[in-house]
Amino acid sequence: MQSYLLAILEGSVLTIGVSLLALVVSIALGLIGAAAKLSGRPVLVAISTLYTTVVRGIPDLVVMLLVFYGGTIGLNNLLEWLGSEATVDINPFMAGVLTLGFIYGAYMVETFRGAILSIPKGQAEAAWAFGMGRVQTFVRITAPQMVRYALPGFTNNWLVLIKSTALVSLIGLKEMTYLAKQASAATRSPFVFFMFTAALFLIYTTVSLYALRKLNARYSLGTKRGTL
Amino acid sequence: MNWDVILEAKNLELFGTGILTTLGLLFSSLGVGAVLALVFALLLTGPWAAVRWIVGSYTYIIRGTPLLIQVYMIYYGLGQLEWIQARWDTMWPWTHFKEPFFCALLAFSLNTAGYTAEMLAGAIRETNAGEIEAAQAYGMNRFQVMLRIVLPSAMRRTLPAYSNEVVMMLQSTSLASAVPSLVDVTSAASRIYSDYYLPFEAYLAAAAIYLVATFCLIGVFRLAERQFLAHLAPRKG
Repeated sequence: MQSYLLAILEGSVLTIGVSLLALVVSIALGLIGAAAKLSGRPVLVAISTLYTTVVRGIPDLVVMLLVFYGGTIGLNNLLEWLGSEATVDINPFMAGVLTLGFIYGAYMVETFRGAILSIPKGQAEAAWAFGMGRVQTFVRITAPQMVRYALPGFTNNWLVLIKSTALVSLIGLKEMTYLAKQASAATRSPFVFFMFTAALFLIYTTVSLYALRKLNARYSLGTKRGTL
Repeated sequence: MNWDVILEAKNLELFGTGILTTLGLLFSSLGVGAVLALVFALLLTGPWAAVRWIVGSYTYIIRGTPLLIQVYMIYYGLGQLEWIQARWDTMWPWTHFKEPFFCALLAFSLNTAGYTAEMLAGAIRETNAGEIEAAQAYGMNRFQVMLRIVLPSAMRRTLPAYSNEVVMMLQSTSLASAVPSLVDVTSAASRIYSDYYLPFEAYLAAAAIYLVATFCLIGVFRLAERQFLAHLAPRKG
């Protein structure tokens, strides 16, 4: 019993790893997508809109199965077509990180776009007047200010992402949920193991919520709040 | 790509069954969830601190743990309890705990109830103080104020957030495929994948079905918002 609980606890490292890496991917995609949507170029706007609409309309699980099973066959066909003898297996860890990153990137696009739009236009104009380029303006002026506007939406997306990592167990990654299911099949006491896993997830989401609230307070320093 | 396989009568029928299960799960869990959410929201904004705390912890736990684990907990976990084992052969309603559809439905309903209750409670708390004072000035009691003034307005204001929840719920029903012997759209696709080894065609077909369903739901909610939230819409012209 105890060894199973310990194994699940070890699996939590994998859960944290998948979620953090997927977060990095989703932030990158979110920034690129938001930049494309705000660029005003019809082709970029269309691609980015297609991305956010389609991904948010399909269940995470279906995208994951598509990438995991479809991706393996697709890659191998590509290799065969290129005349290579090698075969590749997409491992569940990479498939999980990439799909979760791809899915939550679509949600991040909307969060970041809203945050950038909330910054007064004069800020960027002033930066341009100082002779800063696009990249410099983003790094020095826009990014530090958008954090505050993006944090509430970002917090939501992150909490949903954490919970979605449980789905990676369905494509065979041996994280907490997978181990809990195996342990319950072996010992016939599923209740304990699922309770334990649920509690670990609850700790993870609670700690995240607490940390992001602190961060929010930090980035909201010096903001005047209206009182009724 | 080999789309002919998807269009075979047998496989179309499989997807048909899947769509019926998915929609059945979606609408019944939304129905049960909405009733529970209304009760929970009233308790969350009610006068008893202990009850507020209990319902608050419930929604916190539901919203802080993955739905997949909640489904496993009900489908596999409850069967471990001797109290249930002693009853599920003979005694109604415990006999239902052996049915996969019922277990999935119960997990989804409890889940959506947790999210919706918080939304509705938020809207109730945000109700304009002047409206409540006016109602009290008319001599309405607590119950009447709730029934006639606060709830009709709060439920309308929850509509935009609730439309998100309904779309999320549609996508969550794909987790029903984690319960063996339940054929929803996702497990129909998985079955075709394993029968023919055609992952792209099977899962893309499933994705298309979900996408169409999502757009229909969003359309319905747009119409509903135009009907019920007309007074909050930006003025034209």
